[in-house]
Amino acid sequence: MSFPWAEEYRPKNGFTRWIDQRLPLPRLVYGAVGGGYPVPRNLNYFWNFGVLAGIALMIQIVTGIILAMHYVPSDAQAFRSVEHIMRDVNQGWLLRYLHANGASFFFIVTYIHIFRGLYYGSYKAPRELVWMLGLVILLLMMATAFMGYVLPWGQMSFWGAKVITGLFGAIPLVGEPVQTWLLGGFAPDQATLNRFFSLHYLLPFVIAGVIILHIWALHIPGSSNPTGVDVKSAQDTVPFHPYYTAKDGFGLGVFLILLAAVTYFAPNYLGHADNYIPANPLSTPSHIVPEWYFWPFYAILRAFTVDFILEAKLWGVLAMFAAILLLFFLPWLDPSPVRSGNYRPRFKQFFWILMIDIVILGWCGGLPAEEPYVMISQVATIYYFAHFLIILPILSWTEKTLPLPNSISESVLHGEERESAPIDLSGARPATAAE
Amino acid sequence: MVRLLGILLGLGFVLVTAVSLGWGVYAYITEEHHESVEHAFHLEAEHVSFSFDGPFGKYDRQQLQRGFQVYKEVCASCHGLSFVAFRNLADLGYQEAEIKAVADKWQIEVPAVDPKTGEASTRKALPADYFPNPYPNEVAARAANNNALPPDLSLITKARHGGPAYIASLLTGYRDAQTYRTKEGKALPAESRPGQGLYFNPYFPNLNIAMPPPLRDDQVTYADGTKASAGQMSADVSAFLAWTAEPKLENRKSAGWAVLLFLLFATVLAYLAYQNIWHGGASRKVRKTGPLDPVNMAKSDEAKRDAGIAG
Repeated sequence: MSFPWAEEYRPKNGFTRWIDQRLPLPRLVYGAVGGGYPVPRNLNYFWNFGVLAGIALMIQIVTGIILAMHYVPSDAQAFRSVEHIMRDVNQGWLLRYLHANGASFFFIVTYIHIFRGLYYGSYKAPRELVWMLGLVILLLMMATAFMGYVLPWGQMSFWGAKVITGLFGAIPLVGEPVQTWLLGGFAPDQATLNRFFSLHYLLPFVIAGVIILHIWALHIPGSSNPTGVDVKSAQDTVPFHPYYTAKDGFGLGVFLILLAAVTYFAPNYLGHADNYIPANPLSTPSHIVPEWYFWPFYAILRAFTVDFILEAKLWGVLAMFAAILLLFFLPWLDPSPVRSGNYRPRFKQFFWILMIDIVILGWCGGLPAEEPYVMISQVATIYYFAHFLIILPILSWTEKTLPLPNSISESVLHGEERESAPIDLSGARPATAAE
Repeated sequence: MVRLLGILLGLGFVLVTAVSLGWGVYAYITEEHHESVEHAFHLEAEHVSFSFDGPFGKYDRQQLQRGFQVYKEVCASCHGLSFVAFRNLADLGYQEAEIKAVADKWQIEVPAVDPKTGEASTRKALPADYFPNPYPNEVAARAANNNALPPDLSLITKARHGGPAYIASLLTGYRDAQTYRTKEGKALPAESRPGQGLYFNPYFPNLNIAMPPPLRDDQVTYADGTKASAGQMSADVSAFLAWTAEPKLENRKSAGWAVLLFLLFATVLAYLAYQNIWHGGASRKVRKTGPLDPVNMAKSDEAKRDAGIAG
């Protein structure tokens, strides 16, 4: 698609020629994920996660559509209909456990995909729109997952819905009317459940649409790679099919093994016991927590405990949304011309501190809002904002980066036999041209 | 410009968080720390091993039947089992006739409509019925239990941290609040002792539970001759409640092994295919004249075309 040496689609027989002249769909697929898409030859396993996220979405859509055939979006019957699925629908337990754990795995692979983009500078020119569309997908995923968690109408469903929609109540002046409008009432109720079900069914297809834009935007410059050096010649690339389809096939196998291990042997490990209690508006759980994939953001929300010019709650809400929205500006906050963290020694150190920081935030977010966890989450929140808004901009001015290889194939080649194999096969890291 | 604005915004967030942090640290240092009574006295569930633990675990049908007997003779007078139907008892190894008899003799009847007058009435349960609730509604349940609501037990082992082990620990965990001492030798403060109609049980999250100690030795007479000690009964009924919460556990685990074996095999094949494909071209040492050299690729395409090989 993007390089002059990309293989052109050649219909092999009369029928495919006939199709190609009328609806060149096979041509499109060939250019998008077939032999017609040249991909840098040095991608490591972290480049598997985009495909895995796409497959996770498909698993969610397929299991979700079947679950929707048996689920009843009614405050009186939702909980019972889920138990009906678990007990009386053929393989219903599998569908539901796969859907619930599939959501967790969708987030795991998506987060790894995002962290890969952060480390290798995949957000930088000319891929800013790829990055931003990816963030749109993340926001849609979060909305979808949140609404899906409400559907079983257990205690955590109900109180989670109350807390999260309550965040909008923190907006000055219009907050409460907005919250009432979102819920369709003053508390989560039949109207809330019905609209959440409707949107939970709709949004995955919106996600699929944005994924198409994400891939389209990606295919204009082509995939990035661990060196961050642009593709310069045909030697730097291999066709997507069969090279990366084969590699993705292996990655998919590993992903499915892990998903199956959790789904079949620890299906409730990632969930919360309280959601097996039917929703009761009169009984507040002692400790309301969202699903694990929201914990880092939940910790940021709760880190603001003191009114300072604005109400503490409003600060929390602003910070939580800012924590994601600031990522949209990342290409301009970090305009360092070197993309890959492999050639940015300081950046690399801060990146790993950020990873530890996010783990700490997640850990605090899952715990009750008690000291000393609140103080720990406040320190971690300070680092989170400082990393993206202060450290990265300053680094991009001051950092002395390592020399880049002249080309991808040079970084792959570099003399020695071992290093001449693609990076992932030999275990070798990209060499620098200076050595 | 974006960077400057970013730094300003970042400083803002850092400042506001730091205000909260400073306040928190100040309060943490200056304020006294009271350990809550719940924190000091609450005990985590004891370790109880069940036949269905672990990836190969299966239910012990004998134990489930004993547990059902305990439920029927002890728990059912206050606790419902509304997601389980009498027909489900077939999983425990009961025959159809036995299930019919159990349903027919169940103490609480099922709400129905009198076929002659159309008035609300009750009838005997059938295998297709779900276990009827012991109370017609929540108000009646609370009125009969000192304003406490006995929870439905269908999902109780999944709805409590610690699962079946927690239930077993709780059922045998009643202690005398007057004489109870923690491992450190602390006695329960007088103001935290159970009030009227409450019972001290350190396994219960807030320590005082409204359910009276339900099990004593030899309360039931097991059909299979097992000695009905309180510990035995609590383990049996916990196992039974694990089944009511997760009736498909055995299907799940056996399907899991089949799926894992299949996936493992498929993944090994996928790995070999991956190695094979990369070995063919890309993993070989690349020179200007390597197999991926455009000139060479053109030559190989030409050779393939001549030989009539597709692709």
